[in-house]
Amino acid sequence: MPIDKHVSNAAEALADVADGATVFISGFGGAGFPNFLIRALRDRGPKDLTLVVNSATHRYSYTHELIEAGLVRKVVCTAARGHSKEPSAFERLWMDGKIALECVPQGTFTERIRAGGAGIPAFYTPVGFGTELAAGKEVRRFQDRDYVLEHAMRGDLALVRADTADRYGNLSFRYAQMNFGPVMAAAASLTVAEVRAVLDEPMPHERVQLPGVYVDRVVTVTQ
Amino acid sequence: MSTQPLNRLQIAWRAAQDITDGMLVNLGLGMPLFVADYLRPEVDVFVQSENGVIGVGALAPPDRADTDLVDAGSRRITIRPGAAFVDSAWSFAMIRGGHIDVAILGAFEVAANGDLANWDMRLPNKGPLVGGGMDLAACARSVWIVMEHVTRQGAPRLLDACTLPLTAVRCVKRVYTDLAVIDIAPTGMVVREMLGDLSEADLRARTGAPLTFAPDCRPLKAPAIALPD
Repeated sequence: MPIDKHVSNAAEALADVADGATVFISGFGGAGFPNFLIRALRDRGPKDLTLVVNSATHRYSYTHELIEAGLVRKVVCTAARGHSKEPSAFERLWMDGKIALECVPQGTFTERIRAGGAGIPAFYTPVGFGTELAAGKEVRRFQDRDYVLEHAMRGDLALVRADTADRYGNLSFRYAQMNFGPVMAAAASLTVAEVRAVLDEPMPHERVQLPGVYVDRVVTVTQ
Repeated sequence: MSTQPLNRLQIAWRAAQDITDGMLVNLGLGMPLFVADYLRPEVDVFVQSENGVIGVGALAPPDRADTDLVDAGSRRITIRPGAAFVDSAWSFAMIRGGHIDVAILGAFEVAANGDLANWDMRLPNKGPLVGGGMDLAACARSVWIVMEHVTRQGAPRLLDACTLPLTAVRCVKRVYTDLAVIDIAPTGMVVREMLGDLSEADLRARTGAPLTFAPDCRPLKAPAIALPD
């Protein structure tokens, strides 16, 4: 059967997401937030989610809607600080002990996901050595430097935003949209991409930034 | 040339004078971002941003602002000729791999052995934010700090040992403050430049770690730069 990963809408793309899922959400600083998919996930309403997302509180991301809806058990992120003086939705739940937090240096965050999709169970990094974020972790010295053992992460679902796709799931990104998309797509059992447009023809190979082998479903969104 | 303490923009100007041709530079949020405004005109450098931008340009004018083209501070930017984009894994491999010549970062505290505290002030009611700061501090080939020499209350921020949570150990090479330029050497803090009106005793009184003065210690100077209102 000819491959065609284009599905008609976000709800259909997320119809089989289960309670307790670990969900990767791409995006950084306004670029590449899969906000249509995030909202569709909220509407579907699976419970006890673990979100793996760079920021728990970014003002341009709809991640907070999942948190406010009470769907999230734990957040693994690099930034959990709200922008205003008043605590964000995440900060309130975290301070009340209703949501767990794992704060990770961003390069370690990214590499743990990369490792998860690349068949590497754990790795040593110099980042974090001697800090609170490495407390209790195994340390090993190579040559004259100390390194911290960090473990790979895998997810049940990755939500990614790209600019264009084709029916094979090949993705092309605009500017800084790519960020966590490629590693998250590779480390999740199910990857759903929202895109501005799905091309009628196969994407020219030199424009493919993430091969469709990592992408399971593609949804066109209206902006 | 005034002998007043430097303002934040003048500190950034002073650090920018030490950026040399061909460097790959990463600028932290806050005061470090202003370094890009004061690079010497003959210097051709690439600024890397942790979200995968290599070749950050000026801020975008409002009519060209694009939410897909942002830097590590979510600012809408332009890119310079020769710019490229990579994904986050590649960006941080670049950082950890020692390909960033200089990271210019802010700091709450710096210790005499080069330990840096710049990520967690232990604010009540606020969640933590580490971002890429630990990666840059631990792995850039040189870490330069731009900071005020003392706190608003007048307490030293250059210390024997940091009191706030560490970002990375033994990583700082040089500190630019409103009062001095100080190298972190194996022997501790070495003053390279100091405001002309200040005595060695004055600077020691504002510093929480022993200071050595370089034999060729020079006056710290910067052109007048007005702070925006």
